[in-house]
Amino acid sequence: MENRLFTKDTQAIFWNNNKSAIQRMLDYDYVIQREKPSVAAIVAPTSSNKFEKFFYGPDEIMVPVYRSTKEAKAAHPNADVLLNFASFRTAYDVTMEALDIGGFRVIMITAEGIPERLARIMNHRARKEGVTIIGPATVGAISPGAFKVANIGGTIENIVKSKLHRPGSCGLVTRSGGLFNELSNIIALNADGIAEGVAIGGDRYVGSVFIDHLLRMEQNPDVKYMILLGEVGGIEEYKVIEAVKSGKIKKPIIAWCIGTIAKHFSSGVQFGHAGASANAERETAEAKNAAMREAGIHVPTSFNDLPKVINEVYNKLKKEGVISEIEEPAVPEIPKYRRPKNFICTISDDRGEEATYAGFPISSVATPDTGKTIGDVISLLWFKKVYPRWAVDFIETVLKTVADHGPAVSGAHNAKVTARAGKSVVESLVTGLLTIGPRFGGAIDGAAYYFKYAYDNNMSPKEFVAYMKKQGIPIPGIGHRIKSVRNPDKRVEGLKKYAAEFFPSTSLLDYALEVEKETTAKKDNLILNVDGTIGILMVDMWRALGYREKEIDEFIKSGTLNAFFILGRTIGFIGHILDEKRLAMPMYRHPWDDILYDVQKAEEI
Amino acid sequence: MAQRAIREYDGKALFAKHWNEYFDGFHYPFKSVLVTSGEELKQKANEHGFEWLKQEPLVAKPDMLFGKRGKNGLVLFKVNKPGDVTLEDAAKWIDEKRSHDITLLSGQTGRLTHFIVEPFTPHTQDQEYYIAATTVGEDDVLYLSAEGGMEVEENWDKVNEVRIPIDLSDSDIEKAIKANIPSEIPEDKQAEFAAFAFAFYKFFRDLHFAYLEINPIVMLDNNEMAILDLVARLDDTAGFLMKDKWGDIEFPTPFGMEEKSPEEQAIAEADAKSGASLKLTILNPMGRIWTMVAGGGASVVYADTIADLAGVKDLANYGEYSGGPTTAETQFYAETIFDLMTRHKDPRGKILIIGGAIANFTDVAKTFTGIINALEKYADKLKEHNVKIYVRRGGPNYEKGLKDIKEAAEKLGLYIEVYGPETHITDIVRMAIEADKGDK
Repeated sequence: MENRLFTKDTQAIFWNNNKSAIQRMLDYDYVIQREKPSVAAIVAPTSSNKFEKFFYGPDEIMVPVYRSTKEAKAAHPNADVLLNFASFRTAYDVTMEALDIGGFRVIMITAEGIPERLARIMNHRARKEGVTIIGPATVGAISPGAFKVANIGGTIENIVKSKLHRPGSCGLVTRSGGLFNELSNIIALNADGIAEGVAIGGDRYVGSVFIDHLLRMEQNPDVKYMILLGEVGGIEEYKVIEAVKSGKIKKPIIAWCIGTIAKHFSSGVQFGHAGASANAERETAEAKNAAMREAGIHVPTSFNDLPKVINEVYNKLKKEGVISEIEEPAVPEIPKYRRPKNFICTISDDRGEEATYAGFPISSVATPDTGKTIGDVISLLWFKKVYPRWAVDFIETVLKTVADHGPAVSGAHNAKVTARAGKSVVESLVTGLLTIGPRFGGAIDGAAYYFKYAYDNNMSPKEFVAYMKKQGIPIPGIGHRIKSVRNPDKRVEGLKKYAAEFFPSTSLLDYALEVEKETTAKKDNLILNVDGTIGILMVDMWRALGYREKEIDEFIKSGTLNAFFILGRTIGFIGHILDEKRLAMPMYRHPWDDILYDVQKAEEI
Repeated sequence: MAQRAIREYDGKALFAKHWNEYFDGFHYPFKSVLVTSGEELKQKANEHGFEWLKQEPLVAKPDMLFGKRGKNGLVLFKVNKPGDVTLEDAAKWIDEKRSHDITLLSGQTGRLTHFIVEPFTPHTQDQEYYIAATTVGEDDVLYLSAEGGMEVEENWDKVNEVRIPIDLSDSDIEKAIKANIPSEIPEDKQAEFAAFAFAFYKFFRDLHFAYLEINPIVMLDNNEMAILDLVARLDDTAGFLMKDKWGDIEFPTPFGMEEKSPEEQAIAEADAKSGASLKLTILNPMGRIWTMVAGGGASVVYADTIADLAGVKDLANYGEYSGGPTTAETQFYAETIFDLMTRHKDPRGKILIIGGAIANFTDVAKTFTGIINALEKYADKLKEHNVKIYVRRGGPNYEKGLKDIKEAAEKLGLYIEVYGPETHITDIVRMAIEADKGDK
């Protein structure tokens, strides 16, 4: 690993949702048969998506999307490469933030035209912290057969043609990204491809330079010889010459500096990249080519001659036995036409012999002899996990507890009225269900949300009560019409008893009971009611099951708690509807004398 | 995008604009005007705030990004004796200097168009100092000397160099500067000079200068500073950060260089608006070999090869398009080149190289559609000028791109040869030139 830029296990966080570049990486992964995708996560600050779909060969996979580098890195601590595809306006900030977060080994920056001073600060800091920066203004780097950065190498067809899908024996370093591709092709045609390649970038101040990569390649046993493509301007090539002269680099180097044209023109013409302008004689392409030739580096007479020299050096090393024949691996075909799927399903699958719930065949959870109950099925289909017995039993307790609350509550009443209008079971049921919301059944959600919020923000029970009063919101889950401290709700007692016995811990319930002391001190019936108890215990259950606070917040936000109420109460609604069908009561009409009419007479018609 | 020079006047204006923020305790009157004629100077003198033009003796010199104005005899500071130049004298001198071409000692020739006029500042040689800042390798470097004036290059051994690594703290920078104040500066002035140098460095750093030199800077009594001569280059990539601090700053074409042609200007404007890169420099409008090359590196390789095989005389232009330009952008770029190359007839005909490396992500078929549209528009003219087209390109969708351009050109009756990535990138240059020689 130490002497290699990337391995087959290297994973990256991709900053910016650049779909085509990421797809190219995943196509590459498929062709080289990587186990894990090379992109672990995407950072897209303005995205509201949680993941993005990509093709992996003929199939599709999902890559998680985060709104910040920090979140992405926390969730994927092993991803130690940051592909910074931010624009020149933000690329500096993104890099500096990544350095603050730490844990990145390589940061690649694609933007061209980052202010020079900012580029220097960024490069200097990375160097001090031992982080390799590739770029700015680069197309990246590649370790054939292991890892490919974004667009480098071009299309998958070109990659296979240029033998970038499996390691060769050349270490390639260029400034230009376009010519990197061209050289890969030349090396594939005239030698056996590359082992590692880097385009260092065209800006005046780039993070890592030729010598950094060549010194690493000297130590990399996969690299047998190196090719350096420099440019007019700068003195980086002289550092390579020094290393060759001092014996730090012993492997053969083939090198050429482009930009011999510049000698014909005054300094006014900017040839190529921002870094490409000679400030002194020794920075010209001629001077550098001559100096490299003099140091014993293989320098062709022109770029046109480069393929010939590569072929000569390669054949010589092969003859000497330094390079051996490469067995060409089979290349899995990527289908020409792939259609993105419109729907995703991650909970059940009906394609095989037997349909599965979260991977479990239905027969393995359905019959009594399996020992599995409806709570198990809910944990599989709702949470894609096998919950322990105590949690499953708690879920069922909740369902049983909320199943019905008599005919007078608005949901049941609506279901009954609809059934009496001659509508079907399903029509009557949805009428009842549509009543469920913030006022009817919503206290479970609300209690979980507000109590957790108070707990997470370290509010004392007193402070929480004061906070809710200031917000002008009655505390959800607190208060009962009839029940009180002296006349407790048996359902609540049962839930509390169960939790005390079976829950590993009940931090939020303990907190809620402290709050209850505050509220009941004010009024006797301001007790923790059944909705509140359920919502709060659900949070405790998830905490005990090891969910992160953020995931629990997501459950609350997405209405998962409400779902328990909907499911449980459906049992009761259906009971009321069937009851109406049995009784065959006529259509219901509300009596006039129960309505207060207050309608003004029209002045004029 | 690069380091670009600004006018002396604009550099001084930047100092004035930010003076109080950086140079607290020092005083800079900023009496300076930039004019293009004697008439303009005289009008300026009538404006409020510029009364000094009539009241004080003046100094006038061209402000066009070249140095050694004294040695070139282009500084007016005396008629009979130093400090006797009146407004009338300066106006007359400016009009005389701009009436004919000037050749500098360095060989550049051109017409003077911009002049800076300031009050003559009486002072003694020992009040003149030298200060400059730039970047060398990884570090910033501050140059300080007690020997100001135009002789500084001959007195380079009297210049103190303060290396400032980019992560050095302000207090360490201040210490380093204090430790390197030239000993030739009188003792009672050293502390003041050190304070000024520290402020100067921060100003250089914060405003994203790439180079900033005052030679000489004159320390008068009561901490009044006179910036007699100034050279400055800005890092224009910082433009988006410096909108307010720089204001609407101009990056003029250096003296002696041809102004950008309207075509080059149009391409530069398209480039500024686009996320892709479009560059064009006309090297010789009468040249026979025109290039339209994709990619910053590839374009240099093509230029190198043409110069090697055909000689630089025939190379008409240098430029590149890259970074995934749209079809419309590519078409505009192609039309500009086709238009330029069909302006002057050459009996030997012309060569058009549509070259490029194997693209990483630019869609070749898409960009080639732009070139084909342009070919259709200019087909008659290209035929009239006997243009032979050589194409070489690879990358995403290249098969379609190459097939399309070949079919289109043949349908239009244009001479075209088309090659893909199996042909070496610059081999079309060799083929084109060999065919060209064979024709004669």
